[in-house]
Amino acid sequence: MTLNENTEPGGTGAGDTRRKDRPDGETVLVVDGLTVIGRPSDVEIISGVSITVKRGEILGLVGESGSGKTTLGLSLLAHCKRATEIVGGQVLVSGQDLATLNEREVRQLRGRAVAYIPQSPASALNPALRLGVQLTEALHDGSLSDKEVRARVREVMREVALPDDDAFLRRYPHQLSGGQQQRVAIAMAFVGRPDVIVLDEPTTGLDVTTQAHVLETIRSMTRDYGTAGVYISHDMAVVADLADDIAVMYRGEVVEHGRAQTVLSDPRHAYTRQLLMAVPLLKTSGHEEPEPEEEPLLRISGLSAGYGRTQVLEGIDVSVSRGECVALLGESGSGKTTLSRSVAGLHHQFTGEILFDGEPLATSSYRRTAEQRRRVQYVFQNPYEALNPRKRVREQVLGPYRHLVGRPDDPDAVVAEALERAALPASYADRFPEQLSGGERQRVCIARAVATRPDLLVCDEITSALDVSVQAEIVKLLRELQDQGMALLFVTHNIALVSNIAERVAILNRGEIVEYGPVGEVMSSPRHEYTRALIADTPDFELSFPGAPERLGMDAERKGASDRVAEG
Amino acid sequence: MTGPSTSTPATAAPRRRPGLFRTAWRFGRTKVGVALTGLIVLIAVLGPFVAPYTATEFVSKPFETGVDGTLFGGDNRGRDVFTRFLWGGWTLLLLAVASAGIGVAAGTVIGVIAGYRRGWVDDVLMRTNDVLLAFPQLIAALLVMSILGPKVWLIVAVIAVSHMPRVARVIREATRKVIEQDYVKAAEAIGLPRWRIMTVEILPNVTSPLLVELGLRLTYSIGVVAVLGFLGMGLQPPTADWGLMINENRQGMAIQPWAVALPVTAIAVLTVGANLITDGLSRAAIGIDRGVEK
Amino acid sequence: MTRLIVVRLFFGALTLWAVSLVVFAATQALPGDAAQLILGRDATPERLEALRDQLNLHEPVAVQYMQWLQGLVQGDLGTSFSNRLPVADYLADPVRSSLTLMGLSALVATPVALFVGAFSALRRDRAFDHTSSMGTLVLASVPEFVVGILLILLLGPGGLGVFPSVYAREGGPEQWVLPVLTLALAVAPPIVRMMRATMIEVLESEYVQQARLKGMGERTVLWRHAAPNAIGPVAQVVALQLAWLAGGVVAIEFLFNFPGVGKVLMDAIGNRDVPLIQAVVLLIAGIYILVNLVADVIGLAANPKVRVANR
Repeated sequence: MTLNENTEPGGTGAGDTRRKDRPDGETVLVVDGLTVIGRPSDVEIISGVSITVKRGEILGLVGESGSGKTTLGLSLLAHCKRATEIVGGQVLVSGQDLATLNEREVRQLRGRAVAYIPQSPASALNPALRLGVQLTEALHDGSLSDKEVRARVREVMREVALPDDDAFLRRYPHQLSGGQQQRVAIAMAFVGRPDVIVLDEPTTGLDVTTQAHVLETIRSMTRDYGTAGVYISHDMAVVADLADDIAVMYRGEVVEHGRAQTVLSDPRHAYTRQLLMAVPLLKTSGHEEPEPEEEPLLRISGLSAGYGRTQVLEGIDVSVSRGECVALLGESGSGKTTLSRSVAGLHHQFTGEILFDGEPLATSSYRRTAEQRRRVQYVFQNPYEALNPRKRVREQVLGPYRHLVGRPDDPDAVVAEALERAALPASYADRFPEQLSGGERQRVCIARAVATRPDLLVCDEITSALDVSVQAEIVKLLRELQDQGMALLFVTHNIALVSNIAERVAILNRGEIVEYGPVGEVMSSPRHEYTRALIADTPDFELSFPGAPERLGMDAERKGASDRVAEG
Repeated sequence: MTGPSTSTPATAAPRRRPGLFRTAWRFGRTKVGVALTGLIVLIAVLGPFVAPYTATEFVSKPFETGVDGTLFGGDNRGRDVFTRFLWGGWTLLLLAVASAGIGVAAGTVIGVIAGYRRGWVDDVLMRTNDVLLAFPQLIAALLVMSILGPKVWLIVAVIAVSHMPRVARVIREATRKVIEQDYVKAAEAIGLPRWRIMTVEILPNVTSPLLVELGLRLTYSIGVVAVLGFLGMGLQPPTADWGLMINENRQGMAIQPWAVALPVTAIAVLTVGANLITDGLSRAAIGIDRGVEK
Repeated sequence: MTRLIVVRLFFGALTLWAVSLVVFAATQALPGDAAQLILGRDATPERLEALRDQLNLHEPVAVQYMQWLQGLVQGDLGTSFSNRLPVADYLADPVRSSLTLMGLSALVATPVALFVGAFSALRRDRAFDHTSSMGTLVLASVPEFVVGILLILLLGPGGLGVFPSVYAREGGPEQWVLPVLTLALAVAPPIVRMMRATMIEVLESEYVQQARLKGMGERTVLWRHAAPNAIGPVAQVVALQLAWLAGGVVAIEFLFNFPGVGKVLMDAIGNRDVPLIQAVVLLIAGIYILVNLVADVIGLAANPKVRVANR
C-alpha cells in the first residue's frame, strides 16, 4: 500500500528525541493461559489464551464481535469490565506479573508501561476537559517537571501530525474531527512512552484515507518507540497490512497464532481460512462491459440535492440498466446516501430528473404511483433498525406486498417464496426480529424488498453493519438476485466490495461524481486523483494458500474470463 | 453472531425475550407493589359492601373514641370513622384512574403526532404544551376549581389536562427515537399512509414508555385528587372521601387520630404500591431497550 | 450561547404573557361580574351600575385585559375584594414568609440529597444504595401533605409531642421544623435519584474508563473526570425541584396554617377574592417559569459544546 504524505500542519519530522535505546526483539508482553469468566453465569469469555509480543512489533488480534478480543485487551491493563473476573493464567508486562500488583502499582503501570487506545475516541475523550489537560495528566507520576511535561506533550502532538500550539491544546474534543480525535487518543497513549500499547479497533468509523494515515502513524510510532503493540480488529485486511504476528480468536480461544506471513499463506484453522476468504478482493479486471441499451431502467440526470441551504449533491448523472449492478462508491459525507434516498423517494429536496422506465419519478414516495413504488425497493444499512421489533417476519414481508400488490390468495406461499429468494427457510416466518442474527435480519430485509418482485433494488451500505463472513454471504445473495434479472444500485464506502459485485462504478466525492465507468477499467487504471488515492489507501493482500481462488470476487465461473490484475 | 456457519440452517428459533410485564414481574418490588395496591383497591371496592353503618349515620359524639360498636370511634360530626373509611376509597380511585387514563391517552396522541409530523404542527403543539406546563399542576387545578366550583367532571378534566403536556413530551421523545429507525422509512418508501405508520409502526414501539408514564400519572393523579379533597376543593360534604376526611378531621388529630390516620395510611400505601409497580415497569423497560436483562 | 439565552428569555416572557391571558380568561368565566361579587347579592342596581363604571366593566373584554395588564406591569395588582387593601401591599408579608420557608427547605434538602445520591452511586447495589433507593421511592410517591400529616402524627401533639403542628404568630422557631422538614422530604427524592443516575452513567462512561486506564487515581477520576459532566443534569433537576416548591407550598401552608402565599390563596378562594387569586396564581407561575429558565441556562452553561462556539 502506498502512503500518503501528511498534509496536516506539524508533520512527522521531529523524531529526534524519540527513544531508540530499547533493544528490539526483547519479549515485553507474555500472556499465559489467561481465562476470564463472566459473573454470575460463570461462562468463560476467554479461555486459556496465550500470546507473546516483542518490542517494536505489532500483534494483530483478529476475531468477530463477541469473540472476547476486547476482554483480552483490557486484561492487559489489569482491568476487568463489570461482572467479569480473571480466574486463571497470568499476564507479564516487562517481566512483571499484573496479578501481584496492588492498586497503586496498577495505577503506576497504566499509561506508563501499558497504554490503551479506545475504539471510539468520541466517547473516550472527556467532553468537559480541554485536550491539554487530558494529555498532560497521562504523565502523572511526577518524575517530570511541568516544563518537561509541556515539551513532551508538544512533541507527541507533532508526532501524530496535529498542531502543537496552545490554542489547539485548549480545545475541547467536540471541536475536532473524527480523525483528529483518534490522533489525540493515540498521542495520549504514546505520551508516557509505554512498553506495551493496546489498540482496540482504533480505525472503526474512519474513512479509508484517514484510516491509512492513522495506521501509518501507529506503525511508525511503535517502531520508533520500541513499543509492543496489540492491535485488535475484525478486519483481516487491515491486520494483514499492519501486523508482524497474527492471533485469530474464535469464541474466546486463540485458534491460530503465528507470524503474519505464515498465517496468511498457510492458515491451519478452518475459521482463519474462512476469515481470509471473506475479505473482498480489491482489484479485478471485473466484469464484461454490459451491452449498451437504448433506454436504461433508471436514468438520473442533472440531479442536485441538499438539506435546507446546504447543497450535498451537484449535477449527478448515473444510469442503471436492466439486470445490471451499479456501485455508488463514496466516503462518509460524500452524499451517497442522499442520492440513494432521492431514488427511493425518501429525500424530497432535489432538482433534476430521475427517470424510471422512461417515466419521471416524483420527489416524494407518496406522489409516486403504487406500481413505481413496487418496482423500486430499498434495503437499509442497519438491519438492527430496519425491522419493526413488534412484528413477525411474516408480517414484515407481507406488509409491502399487501399495500403495493394487493391481498394475496395464498399469503404463506408469498412469504415462503420471498424468504427462499433471500436464502432463508420458510420456518423463519414466525420469528420476531430479536430472534434473528444480524445477517438473518438483513436477509429478511431483502426478502421484504423482493417479495413485491421489484425491478430495481437500492442497497444502502447493506453490509457495513455486519461481520466480515456474513458480508460475504449477503454479497453472494445479491449476485444471485442479479442473475435472476434484478438491477441493483449498490451504495458503499468499501472499495473492495465494488469489484465483487458491480459492473459499473460511480465514484462520489463531496457531492460530485469524479469518475464513472466499468469496474475493471476504473480499478485498474483510475483516471481521477481521488480514485487513485482511495485505491492506494485501502488495505489489500495476496492470498496464496490452496483454495484461495474460490474467494469472493474470483468468480471465473460466473461471467467468463476474469483475470486478477497484478498489484500496483 | 453465531460463528463460522456459512449457510443458514433451520435450527430451532432462539427464545423470545420475555415481554415488559413478565420482565417487570421478576423484580421483587413489583410483586410488593401489586400486593400493596391490590390491598387498597380491595378495601376501596369491597368496603361499601361490608361497612357496618351507612356513611352519613351518626353513631357518637364528635371526635369520640372507644364507643361501643365502632372500631375506630366517631369523626368530627360523630359519624363512624371505619364506615366512612370503607366508603371513601372508590371515589378517589375512580377519579384518579379516569383522569390518568384520559390524560395519558390524549398526551399520547399529541406526542405521536408532534413527534412524527414535525414542522409547524410540532411547533404549535409543543408551544401550547409549554404554556400548560408553566402552571404547577396543583395551582392550575385550584384556579379552575375556585372559579367554576368543585364538580366531579371538572376534577377529572383539570387533572387530565395537566397530565397531557407532560405525557406528550415523553411520548414525543420516544416517537422521535422510533422514527429515526429505518423501519419507519421503509414504510414511507412504500407509501404507507401516515396514520397507519403512526398506529402500526410507531405506537407499538412506544408502549414501554407509555406504560411507565401511565403508572407515573396514576400515582400523581391519586396525589392530586387526594390533595384537592384535603384542601376542600375536591368532592364536597357529606360525601365520604379519603381526602375530604383528612380535611374534616385534622382539627381533632390530637384527640381522635384514627379519622386522619386511616385515610392517610391508605393513600400512602396506595401511592407507594402504584409507584413500586411503575418502578418495576420502568426498570424492565430500560433493560428491554438496552437489549439486556438485569 | 448569549443568543441561546436570549431566545430562552424571550420564550419565558412569552409564556408568562400567555399565562396572564389564561388567568384573565379564567376569571372572565366567573358567574356574575366583579361588581356583583364585591357588593354581594342584595346590592341595589344603582350601586352595581356605579361600581361597574368605576371598574370599567362596560369596556370590551380586550380593553379590560389591556388595562389589567398595564396595571400588572406597573406593579398595580388591583384591590382585594375582601379587605379593600391594595393586593401588592397585602401580599408583601406572606411572600416573604413563603420565600423563607422555601429557601430553608431547599437549603436543608439539596446538600443532603446530593450527598446521598452520590454515595448511593459509589455504593451501587450495596445495602446503603438499596435503602436510599427504597426510601426515595416511598417519599417520591406519597403526596407531600400525607408526609406532613404522618410527621404530625409522629412528632406532633398527638404523637411524641416534640414540635407544634400549627403555626402561631407568637410561636418560637420550633414551629418551623415540621413545615421545613415536610417540604425538604418532598423535594429531595428526585434530586437523590438524578444524582445517583447521573453519577452512575458518568462513572460507567468510556471516558472515565479511559481515565482509569491512563492510571489516574480514584480521586482524580471522580473530581476531574466525572464531576464536571454530572453538574449539568443534576443542577437542572435541583432547579426544577425548587420550581416545584412554588406550587408545593400551598398544601403545606394550609396544613400547618402557615401565613404564606399558599394560605392567602386558599383564603382568597374561600372569599372568591378575584384580584387576590389572580395575583397569587400569576406570582407562583412567574416564580415557576423563572426558576425553570434558570435551570435551562444552567444546563446550557454546563455543556462545553454550547459554551464554546464551534470552530
